[in-house]
Amino acid sequence: MASYASILFSMILVNNFVLVKFLGICPFLGVSKKFDSAVGMGCAVTLVMVLAIAVTWPIQQLLYAWGLEYLQTIAFILVIATLVQLLEMAIKRYLPPLHASLGVFLPLITTNCAVLGVAILTIDEGYTYPEALVAGLGAGLGFLLAMVIFSGVRRRVEEAEPPEVFQGMPITLISAAITAMSFMGFSGVIDHLFGA
Amino acid sequence: MAANPSLTTDEPTLANTFSKGLLEENPALRQMLGLCPTLAVTTAVTNGLGMGMATTFVLVCSGVVVSLLRKAIPSSVRIPAFITIIASFVTLVMMLVKAYLPALDEALGIYLPLIVVNCIVLGRAEMFASKHGPLQAAADGAGMGLGFTISLSLMSAIREVLGAGTFLGVRVLPPFVEPMIIMVMPAGGFAVLGLLIAASVYLEQHPRHKHKVVKRSTQPSASLCAACPINCGIGDPTNEECAKDEFVEMLEAAVAAAKKEKEGDA
Repeated sequence: MASYASILFSMILVNNFVLVKFLGICPFLGVSKKFDSAVGMGCAVTLVMVLAIAVTWPIQQLLYAWGLEYLQTIAFILVIATLVQLLEMAIKRYLPPLHASLGVFLPLITTNCAVLGVAILTIDEGYTYPEALVAGLGAGLGFLLAMVIFSGVRRRVEEAEPPEVFQGMPITLISAAITAMSFMGFSGVIDHLFGA
Repeated sequence: MAANPSLTTDEPTLANTFSKGLLEENPALRQMLGLCPTLAVTTAVTNGLGMGMATTFVLVCSGVVVSLLRKAIPSSVRIPAFITIIASFVTLVMMLVKAYLPALDEALGIYLPLIVVNCIVLGRAEMFASKHGPLQAAADGAGMGLGFTISLSLMSAIREVLGAGTFLGVRVLPPFVEPMIIMVMPAGGFAVLGLLIAASVYLEQHPRHKHKVVKRSTQPSASLCAACPINCGIGDPTNEECAKDEFVEMLEAAVAAAKKEKEGDA
């Protein structure tokens, strides 16, 4: 149990996908302007990450069995793209209210490096199936946390008046740097909590 | 935006196609594409260079193949087809790097397969290669790739010198200068990129710093310019003439309509 908790919290805080591993920067900078869309995007990414791992982990075992490990990248990206499409159709059909809130974000996720990244990362780390699923959940929650925190930071930044050349992207990146700095403080926490 | 054959008639010269990726439409600094690898691997110059070259290879090869197949791929399935083509070349690069440069493979790690989802590669396939001939596509891929490599190298040079005190592994800072570890940490990546983009904006706004007149990229503000009645083509949000937003325009239109109505009454 401790190992699952350790994986979960290290994925959320220490190895935060956005602020430490730099995966999923495009949605992080693009969709974090409003709180609502930040939450929607974060939830959609979490959902897709867990589902993607649920599908890609068994596929990787098949690739190992057939000696086709070099096809990993192609297989994963195609499976994830298909999965996102199917998920969007299924949500549209069976859960229309959810589609209204998450639907617009799903197509954006297909080529999101965070999803492919977490799928490859769990394979590289040699996690077991349940461990991989927990890691996916942690990565998604970490993404959600970063999005929510940063959308709050950005609202303050919007009201401020930076020098002309810093307006827009530069000031956003610099506030992201300060947010990332706060996450540096977590790096020792997991070791002390779980003795991992 | 399906592949439109009518667009191929007005071909720019190869040199123009190549050079626009270097500055004008530099992927990382101007178009803000492919920021994940830009931030993640630029802790050392060798990593930045290696990543840039791997991406360039994928850009050129996938550009040529997409361009050759542009008439054969139905537009409804073009995105999955492009992704498959790109993923094949990424797999090729991964195998080459693993075989000949194992140290680079170790350093780039997960970011090497993630070239697949780099928005630059898919973006160029969709916006350029699927509408132009193979030579043009190769020039575009090479230009964009080189521009990307330059910005990656610049960023990794700054981060390596400040953060580790070395350049290409050789110590350049005098021993009494303590390296700023934060520069090679994630926070430093965001900060350096923010400063670099601010610097490129500054250089653009102050023409005397420019050697050549670089045409202003209209990419981010094309819609702004289209909506603007003056349509000066500058696309400068700081320019008052250009900064008229939709609300002001609506207001002006309403005032004009009211005036007309009054005149009609009179």
